[in-house]
Amino acid sequence: MDKKLKRILPRVQKPARYTGGEYNQIIKNKAEVDLRMAFCFPDTYEIGMSNVGMRILYSTINSMTGVWCERVFAPWGDMEEEMRAAGVPLYALESGDPVADLDAVGFSIGYEMAYTTVLNMLDLAGIPLRSEDRTELLPLVFAGGTACCNPEPMAQFMDLFVIGEGEEMDNELLELLRTAKRGGWSKKDFLCRAADIEGVYVPSLYEPEYNADGTLRCVTPLDGAPARVRRRIVKDFDDSHFPTRQIVPSTEIVHDRVNLELFRGCIRGCRFCQAGYVYRPVRSRSVDRLLEQGLESLKNTGYQEITLSSLSSSDYRQLPELCDGLLDYCRERSISLALPSLRADNFSMEIMQKVQSVRKSGLTFAPEAGSQRLRDAINKNVREEDLLESCRVAFAGGWNGVKLYFMLGLPTETDEDVVAIAQIAKDVLHCWRENALNKNRGVRITVSTSCFVPKPHSPFQWEKQIPMEEYLRRVNLLRGEMNMRNVTYNWHDPETGFIEAALSRGDRRLGAVLEQVWRDGGRLDAWSDYFSFERWRRAFEKCGLDADFYAARERGRDELLPWEVVDTGVRREHLWRERERCYASELSPDCRTQCTGCGANALIGGVCNG
Amino acid sequence: MDKLRLRFSKTGRAVYISHLDMMRTMQRAFLRAGYALKYSEGFNPHAQISILLPLSVGCASVCELMDFTLTEVSGLAELPGRLSAALPEGIRAMEVYAPETKAKQLKWLEIEGRFEYDGRDSVAMAEALNGFFARESMVIRKKTKRGEAESDIAPAVRSFSAMEGEEAVLVRAVISAQEPTLNPELLPSALRQLVPELAPDFAEFTRLETYGENMSVFR
Repeated sequence: MDKKLKRILPRVQKPARYTGGEYNQIIKNKAEVDLRMAFCFPDTYEIGMSNVGMRILYSTINSMTGVWCERVFAPWGDMEEEMRAAGVPLYALESGDPVADLDAVGFSIGYEMAYTTVLNMLDLAGIPLRSEDRTELLPLVFAGGTACCNPEPMAQFMDLFVIGEGEEMDNELLELLRTAKRGGWSKKDFLCRAADIEGVYVPSLYEPEYNADGTLRCVTPLDGAPARVRRRIVKDFDDSHFPTRQIVPSTEIVHDRVNLELFRGCIRGCRFCQAGYVYRPVRSRSVDRLLEQGLESLKNTGYQEITLSSLSSSDYRQLPELCDGLLDYCRERSISLALPSLRADNFSMEIMQKVQSVRKSGLTFAPEAGSQRLRDAINKNVREEDLLESCRVAFAGGWNGVKLYFMLGLPTETDEDVVAIAQIAKDVLHCWRENALNKNRGVRITVSTSCFVPKPHSPFQWEKQIPMEEYLRRVNLLRGEMNMRNVTYNWHDPETGFIEAALSRGDRRLGAVLEQVWRDGGRLDAWSDYFSFERWRRAFEKCGLDADFYAARERGRDELLPWEVVDTGVRREHLWRERERCYASELSPDCRTQCTGCGANALIGGVCNG
Repeated sequence: MDKLRLRFSKTGRAVYISHLDMMRTMQRAFLRAGYALKYSEGFNPHAQISILLPLSVGCASVCELMDFTLTEVSGLAELPGRLSAALPEGIRAMEVYAPETKAKQLKWLEIEGRFEYDGRDSVAMAEALNGFFARESMVIRKKTKRGEAESDIAPAVRSFSAMEGEEAVLVRAVISAQEPTLNPELLPSALRQLVPELAPDFAEFTRLETYGENMSVFR
């Protein structure tokens, strides 16, 4: 280990985050490697190692002969300070080698608030932030992940983006990079060729022009780049790679368990939900395959917990069979099975009871809106009867805690809708009184609200976010109604949500703001320990940009949107129609009941299997 | 079922794994190696394992001891090999046996320290260190649960010797393992407090061997 690092580590919190050496890490012989990649996650080790996407791609990339992919996470503030003071550059965990010495530096960006951390990591690595300042081919700096479905705010920093699912695309990209490295190609030549790979977006090959009012006039593709970049997906998800020899961290992480991915996409079409639109179409994995992967993963990791993940696990067709199969194995080994993302309906509760026959953890439901009218408007087709019935079953079964998540500021929301949230809490409390197994144990009902953030590529991409003062007024309105004992009301501060709203629908000009925030000390902005609203406000002002223009402005139907260079497969007309149905409080059927013709089936070249 | 004892080493990158994380790591490694640890009964079952002397973060050891119980005792001969293969880099299982001693009989620890002095002469420093640690009494301030307290660490240092090593002074010492427990970090800490000019720029330690009351090797 590096001598300087050795002196730093005893002084920082949780040093095991910074050493690598975990069970199942992949070490390759440098003499047999001709391309090295740093897979960077712009958040802490505990968060990054909990990310399923990173684990999948670490494995698929390392399956390439001669390519070694290593992990890099953002250091916490104390470690960053020590590294800067001692002159230790950002290094890859497996080898301990500086990130800047590797050939490819790829970031997985899942959340807009991680943008400044990306810049900080580049700086810690000693790599110039802006793509134009990196004139050599290597290291190639690129990014992917959900927050890249609007790549524009980070466009000036990245050489390219990989849009969509990376299992196949990343390997094609790295293969091309290997050829380019061998052949001594120029960066420009490489980028032009890379733009031919489906899903690769090279921002320097697009020139945006703006109208006088600040809106986008047009985007001109250069050097034969495609007008729009189509999101890449894995067509055969059942057969796509899933790592069953996953790294087992030696220190505790957030999701410290085996994570089985049931399916991608979601049949529901909740109108506020970006994930429900950008991961289409629905593609599932078979029960047999999942059982095989689950058991193998448990054996290879020694984990005592397994969880099923997807956007809506209740919608997995063979969920009962899968749970039975897993429980057969888990029960006698004291392994627990967790089921997040369940819908509040009878079917889910039956499964929940089966799964949680030993330990009763908390139950969480996300009705999102208080009134049925508003839930219909956002197409969250959960009925209050279903929610209460689920609670009834839960309370009668011995549960004594429920968490309820809501958003404030959804399109069409009125004060009546806000107050209806308190009514739900009252009804749940009443339900507990009627059905509790043991009232002496008491009940904890937690209601949380956050401020709705309109997201690109969702039907609400044209919406304005409500002003922060308005959010707080609605919070106070709700607080006034939440006067029951046993009910706790938590609300998120609106400031992070406001910046998130500005960034998520931002354009290329926001790059200056991101750089300014970083220069002013911003990083790890997803953490309240580090987020400073004042710093963001200052940066917008200094760059002469108005955050309200991005966050709080309703877009016109014909406005060219900066993220439309990305084609998710879902047609703009479909999103607009869904938006109109919201204003008419009309539900749309789920994909299984009736296809609404969103267009995403074109990505798999046929009919999708909801 | 009878209690078993594992002797293992923890070196290299693994020294930064904390005691609690080490317990978790061991439980998972036993599962991966195909040995079922016995679990406690009750609402929140946990594996019955106990590491005899918790090791502080950053300290290496080639003499760690852990007691555990298996639900089924078979394949003990292969256990060290299979467990080592299932452990993270830097942790190696050396032997497994039925212990004849109780944990509280463990009294002394032999440790090795590397004291780094940037730009200073190792020979001279080694000599000065030997002089200092020959003192009859070394009263230092220690952090305790109730704030700071003064304590004489000399009785907890049974022997001490320092010699010139490669780019460092190599220290060998036998220190009290329990009642009182002497954290090796208190050796450089004593220097910082009592003779700052002898305080190293960096010090790291390795536990070498465990002993009983009468300095016989503890197993």
